Amino acid sequence: MMSHILTLMTFIPLAGAVAILCVPRDKHELIKRVGVIATAIPLALAVLLYINFDRTTHQFQFVEHYKWIEAINIEYFMGVDGLSVIMVLLNALLCFICIFASWGVNKGVKGYFALFLLLDTGMMGVFAALDFFLFYIFWEVMLLPMYFLIGIWGGPRREYAAIKFFLYTLLGSVLMLLAMLYLYFTNDHTFDMTRLIAAGSGVGMDFRTILVWLAFFVAFAIKVPVFPFHTWLPDAHVEAPTAISVILAGILLKMGAYAILRINFSMLPLVTGHFSYFLAVLGLINIIYGALVAMAQKDLKKLVAYSSISHMGFVLLGISVFTKQGINGAVLQMFNHGTITAMLFLMVGVIYDRAHHREIDGFGGLAQQMPAFTGISCFAFFAALGLPGLSSFISEVLVLIGAFNVYRLITILAVSGVVITAAYCLWTVQRLFLGPLNPKYATLPDINRREMFTMLPLAAIVVILGVYPMPVLDMIDVSLSHIIEGLSPSPFAAGLAMLIP
Amino acid sequence: MILDNIASLKYFYPEASLIGTVIVLIVLDLAFKGRRGKWQAWVALAGLAPALVFSIDLYAGGESGSLFTGMLALDSFAGFFRILFIGASALTVLISVISSDTSRGENQGEYYAFLLMITLGMFLLASSMDLLMIYLSLELVSITSYVLAGFLKGVRRSSEAALKYVIYGGVSSGIMIYGMSLLYGLAGSTNLMEIYKALSTASPSTEFALFVSILFVLAGFGYKIATVPFHMWTPDVYEGAPTPVTAFLSVGPKAAGFAVLIRFFYMAMAGPGPAEGLWAPVSDIGWPLLLGLLSAGTMTAGNLIAINQNNIKRLLAYSSIAHAGYILMGFVLLSAEGLKAMLFYLVVYLIMNIGAFLVVIIVANQLNSEEIEDYAGLGWRAPFLAVAMTVFLFSLTGIPPTAGFIGKFYLFAAIFSKDEFYWLAIVGILNSVVSLYYYARIIKAMFLVESSEQPRLKIPPLHTTLLSVLVVPTILFGIYWAPLAEFVARSLEFLASGF
Repeated sequence: MMSHILTLMTFIPLAGAVAILCVPRDKHELIKRVGVIATAIPLALAVLLYINFDRTTHQFQFVEHYKWIEAINIEYFMGVDGLSVIMVLLNALLCFICIFASWGVNKGVKGYFALFLLLDTGMMGVFAALDFFLFYIFWEVMLLPMYFLIGIWGGPRREYAAIKFFLYTLLGSVLMLLAMLYLYFTNDHTFDMTRLIAAGSGVGMDFRTILVWLAFFVAFAIKVPVFPFHTWLPDAHVEAPTAISVILAGILLKMGAYAILRINFSMLPLVTGHFSYFLAVLGLINIIYGALVAMAQKDLKKLVAYSSISHMGFVLLGISVFTKQGINGAVLQMFNHGTITAMLFLMVGVIYDRAHHREIDGFGGLAQQMPAFTGISCFAFFAALGLPGLSSFISEVLVLIGAFNVYRLITILAVSGVVITAAYCLWTVQRLFLGPLNPKYATLPDINRREMFTMLPLAAIVVILGVYPMPVLDMIDVSLSHIIEGLSPSPFAAGLAMLIP
Repeated sequence: MILDNIASLKYFYPEASLIGTVIVLIVLDLAFKGRRGKWQAWVALAGLAPALVFSIDLYAGGESGSLFTGMLALDSFAGFFRILFIGASALTVLISVISSDTSRGENQGEYYAFLLMITLGMFLLASSMDLLMIYLSLELVSITSYVLAGFLKGVRRSSEAALKYVIYGGVSSGIMIYGMSLLYGLAGSTNLMEIYKALSTASPSTEFALFVSILFVLAGFGYKIATVPFHMWTPDVYEGAPTPVTAFLSVGPKAAGFAVLIRFFYMAMAGPGPAEGLWAPVSDIGWPLLLGLLSAGTMTAGNLIAINQNNIKRLLAYSSIAHAGYILMGFVLLSAEGLKAMLFYLVVYLIMNIGAFLVVIIVANQLNSEEIEDYAGLGWRAPFLAVAMTVFLFSLTGIPPTAGFIGKFYLFAAIFSKDEFYWLAIVGILNSVVSLYYYARIIKAMFLVESSEQPRLKIPPLHTTLLSVLVVPTILFGIYWAPLAEFVARSLEFLASGF
C-alpha cells in the first residue's frame, strides 16, 4: 500500500464523490457519512506518510511513475518531498474537518459533498504531482468545484464572487500553461518536474526567461494572493460557505506559495535571484496593506479574509531572503496560517449560523452568553496575532530573523504589521465579546459539540507547534535547504537591497 | 499513382454508396409518401453505414494517389475527413429525430436526402485537388446547405436565414472563382500540384497577382469556416436554421472548409521546408502571417460579440466563429504539429459542439425557448441535462479534464514550438479567458440562479442515452487521448509523402 499511498490519498475522495452520486438524493446522513470516510482515510494515510517519510534527504519519496501519453512525454508521476508532505497533511486534515463544518448544509446536499470531494482530489493532486502536465490538470480541476461551491451555496453576492474567482484564476492558469510550454520546449520535451528542477540551474536570465518567470509568478500570485492580484479574495471568502472559506484560506492560498517554491524557485533560480527584492517589497505591502484594510472592516468575515492577505505577506517576505530561517519560517507560516485561519473562519461560521449576520459592531458581550465559544475564539485571535507560545509566533519570528540581516528597513516596517494585527485582533475581540450583552442575542446557544470538534484539533496543533515546532521544521528543513541552495540575489537585486535595505 | 476514370471507381465506393442512398431515399419517399414515423431517418442512418465501412476500409488500406486523372486525392487525409463527416452526419440524423424543429411536418425524406448530399459534397471537398473540383464540391455543399437552412418553410426567421445565406454565399463564391481564374492565369493549370510547380519557378514580378488571387480564394474558404470578415452570415443563419442543421453547419461544412483550406495551401502554396514536417511558402508573400491575423481577428471578434448574446443559438454561433479562430492557429505554422492539432481539435469540436446543440434541442423541445434566461434553474429541474451541458461548455472553454482542453493544449503547444507566432498564442490564451465569461453565463443560469419552484423535466431515455454518448468521450478524451492522437497523426502521413 505504501507504494501507492499518494494515488490512494488523491483518488479516494474522488471515489467518494462517485459513491455519493450513486446515493439517492434525500439520504443526507448517508451522504455525509461517505464524505467522512472519504476524507478520513486520506487523513490516516497522510499521517502514515508523515511517519514513514525519510527526513534526511531532499529526494522525492513514495514516487509513482507510469507512462500516460507517450507521444508527448506526459507521465503519471507522483512523489513528495518534505514541503509537499506538510501541505498534503494540512490538506487532509482541513478537508476532514471541513466535512464536519459542512454538516449544516441542507440545500443540494448530494451535489455539495460530491463537489467538495472532487475539490479535495484536485488539491491533493497539486501537492503530490511531479509531472507538470498532471500538476496543471489538478490545478484546474480544482477550479470547477470551487466555482460551484461558491456560486451555489454561497452568500447573497455569490454569483459575482464565483465568476470573479473563476476568471482571475483561469487567467493565471493560462499564463502558467504558456510558461509551462516554454519549459517543455526548451527542456527537450519533458514535463517531468524533477528533470525541470535539475535543469533549473542551467536556465539563464534573458528577456524570455524573465517573461516566463513573470507568467508563473502572476499565475501563483493570484492564488496567494499577492497585492495587487488579491481583489478576488475578499469577495470569494465572504460569499463562500464556511467550510469553503476554510479551504480557500487554508489550502488554496498555500497552493500559490507552494507553486512559487516548487516552480519559480526551483526551475528558474537565476531569475528568482533577480526578483528577490521585488518579492520582499510585495511581501511587505501584503503585510501592511492587508492588516490596515482588515482593521477597517465592519464585516467579521472580511476582516479574517484581509488578515489572510497580511499573513501571507510573511510567507513572501520569508521566501524572498533565501536564508534557512527565512524559508523555514515561511513554510511553517503557511502551515500555521492554514490551521489558524481555519479556526477563525470556523468561528465566523458558528456565529453567523446563530445570528445570521456578521457585523462586528452588531455584537457585544457575547462572553456572557457563549463562554466556550468566546474561549476558543479568543484563542484563535491570539494565535492570529502571534502570541508567544502559539504557533504563528514562531513562524513570524523565524521570518523576521531570517529577513533582518538582508533587508533591515523592510523587516522593521514588517514588524509594524504585527502591531497592527494585534490591534485589530484585540479590538475585534473587544467588540464581539466584551461590554454589555446585546439583548437581541440573550438567547444564543453556545458552541455545540460538533463545532467544537472542528476547532479543537486545530487548537491543539497551534499549541503544540507553538511550544515545539520541530515536527514541522524537521520535516521541511532538508527539502527547503535544497531549494535555496542554488539561490542568491542577482547583483541588481542585491544593489537594490543595499540602496534601501 | 494517378488513376484514370475506370480504375478510380473502386476507390469511389464511399461516395457511390452515399449517392445510392440519396437515390433510394428519394424513391422510397415518393413511394411511401404520407406514411408516418421516422423511417426516413433510419434509412439515412443505414445508408451511412456502408459509407463508413468503405471509408474505414480505404483508410486502413493506406493507399495514396489521385483519382479521376488528378481530380480527387486518395490519401489518409481525405479518409480522416470522410470518417469525421460520417460521424457528423450520423449524429445530425439522430439529433434531427429528437428535435421538434425537424421531426415534424412533411418533407422528411427531402431533409435527410439533402443532409446526405451535403455529406457527399464534403467528401468531395476534402479530397479535391483541382480548382474546378474544389469549386464544384464547395457549391454542392453550399447550395444544399441553403435549402436546409430554410427548411422551416413557414417560419420567417428560417427563410430569412436561407436568403442571407444564399446572398453571402453567392458573393463569396463569386470572389473565389475570380481568384481561381487569376491563379489559373498565373500557373497555367487547375491542378494543385501543377500550380505549385509553376509557382515555385515563377518570376517574382507575379507576386502581387498571386497575393490578390490568394486573397480572393480565401474569401470562399473563409466563408465556409466563418472567419472574420466573412463571418457575417453565421449568427443569422445559425439562429434561423433548424437547430440540428445549425449544429451540422457548425461542425460539418466548417470542417470541410478546413480540409480544403489545408489542402489548397499546403499543396499549392507551400512545399518542402527546411526540415522534416515543415513547409515553406511558395513565394515571399506572407500568407502565414495573413492567416495568423485572420485567426487572431476571428477569435477576438467571435468572443467579444458572444458576450452580449441572449439567444443561446446566437451565442453558440459566435462561439463557433471564435473556435474557427482557434483552429486556424494551427494552420499558420506550416508544421505537421500544427496540422495535427487542427485535426485533433476538429474531432473534439465535433463531439462537444454537437453535444451542446443537443442540449439546446432538448431544452427547446421541453421549454420551447432558446433564450439563456429560460435556462434558469435547469440544474435543479433536469440535473443530468445541466451537468452534461456544463461538461460541453467547460470543454468548449478548454478546462481540464475535458477533451476541449487537450485540443487547445495541442494548438498552443504547436504554436509555441515556433518563435514567430507566440503573440498569437497569447491572443488565443486571453480569448479563452474571455470565452469563459459567456459560457459561464449559461452555467450560472442553470445552477446559480434560484428559479421559482418549477417541476422537474421529463427527459426521454433516448435523449439521455445520446447525451451520454457525447458526454463520455468529451471527458474520456480529456483523460486518455492517445488513440485519437495516433489516428490524427496517421492521417497526416500523406502530407509528408506528398513532397
